Amino acid sequence: MRGYLRSDGRKGIRNVIVVAYLVECAHHVAREIALPFRRDGVHVIGFPGCFPNDYADDMMRRLCTHPNVGGAMLVSLGCESFDRSGLLAHVQASDRPAHLAVIQEVGGTARAIAEGQAWIEATLKDLRETPAVDMGVDELVVGTICGGSDATSGLTANPAMGRAFDLLIADGGAGIFEETGELIGCEHYMADRAVTPALADEIIRCVGKAGDYYQTMGHASISPGNADGGLTTIEEKSMGAYAKSGSSPISGLLKPGDRPPAGGLYLLDMVPDGEPRFGYPSMNDNQEVAELIACGAQVVLFSTGRGSVVGSAISPVIKVCANPDTYRRMADDMDVDAGRILDGEASLDEVGREIYDLIQAVGRGGQTCSEALGHQEFILTYKSFEPIGPSCLPLAS
Amino acid sequence: MDELDTRLLLISPDDNIAVLRANVRAGEALRIGDAEYALGMHAGYGHKIAVRPIAAGETVLKYGAPIGSATRDIAVGDYVHIHNMQSDYIPTYTIDGENAYLKQRRAD
Repeated sequence: MRGYLRSDGRKGIRNVIVVAYLVECAHHVAREIALPFRRDGVHVIGFPGCFPNDYADDMMRRLCTHPNVGGAMLVSLGCESFDRSGLLAHVQASDRPAHLAVIQEVGGTARAIAEGQAWIEATLKDLRETPAVDMGVDELVVGTICGGSDATSGLTANPAMGRAFDLLIADGGAGIFEETGELIGCEHYMADRAVTPALADEIIRCVGKAGDYYQTMGHASISPGNADGGLTTIEEKSMGAYAKSGSSPISGLLKPGDRPPAGGLYLLDMVPDGEPRFGYPSMNDNQEVAELIACGAQVVLFSTGRGSVVGSAISPVIKVCANPDTYRRMADDMDVDAGRILDGEASLDEVGREIYDLIQAVGRGGQTCSEALGHQEFILTYKSFEPIGPSCLPLAS
Repeated sequence: MDELDTRLLLISPDDNIAVLRANVRAGEALRIGDAEYALGMHAGYGHKIAVRPIAAGETVLKYGAPIGSATRDIAVGDYVHIHNMQSDYIPTYTIDGENAYLKQRRAD
């Protein structure tokens, strides 16, 4: 693979410019700035809230300095509370080109759009000169998520992605799996795979927290589409989702934005700490993808049975389709046809190897289906977290 | 399980349900062990069929792991879904006629 070397030593497989709105009121201007460049690797991200939030602040800093990001254009209305100068300084300190347009200061919508577009045009030229260096699989962080699941997800795509994770981790890469609310019922199986007893306790605690959170919300993370697809309970959905993790030992527990300190398998705890305050732990799949990317994932594996079409800003999303009928109906959106396993046409190992090879092909610049279709979904909302404790990353020192 | 219809997938030998690999219509027979069982209703692939009797309150096992418990007695060959099993953790929310979540709320 070839990567773009960043000042912190990490390497990106894309060289994206993010246009980041710092409040919903600046979203339109950000979208207009990016629009002419939407096929040139210019992606819109942002935070809609007007009120301060440490999690959102941290997420934006990590996303704007993600290894796949080569530069950042920040768009502020002017009166929102987001720490725009702190974010700008953070991006500049990473040696990335960065620019801040404050709509109220530059004189309104049209002027802010013109200023932003001029900056993007100049920066795109500079970024074309970014040298690419050799990059190994051991420099990859890969996230996994499942969305629009049905009963085939846990039989084909998820275990095949688990096989791909086993190959990645054996070669020194890092893999992150997540959504502890969809791992309810699996906590003791996961705890048995933790590299230390203290990490095992943390895993059981974080799944318990997810259970309490969803209980307060009134129902589990299982939707009508899941039930139509043959899933009955959160435990059943969990066991299918759990298969994504493969069979490697679990090296650590992360919260959104925490980076894996080395290769290995990590669980991402995305359920906020404290009393439920801001609604659902993640309002949709895209928020989970954004959190995996904030943890440094340069690629995300996304399994779907019912047929999700999403991609993401910043990092390519590889769609692994679990259901053979869905694949036939939506082949243009799907990178891998794991439904062949159900039909008996391919083994889990074969599809796992295919996914692992595809991760590397995408790392060499190959486009995923969602990239080719222009998908750049992104969402960030309010959350709050306590920092992880030392027992969460026992191998870090 | 000595003999199992090729349309059924037993994920773990400990499981008391098997997963359909194909759509099966009501009335079609599935071989489970020594006998054939006619399906009471249409069931799509990915859905579950009991391969052992499961008494009300007994744990339903898939992947060799508990995925909930039976809310009524389930016979071999029966379709197993939200009408005859429930979560042991948090209720399932669905919006179709078989609204397990609301039914459970009303029952509480």
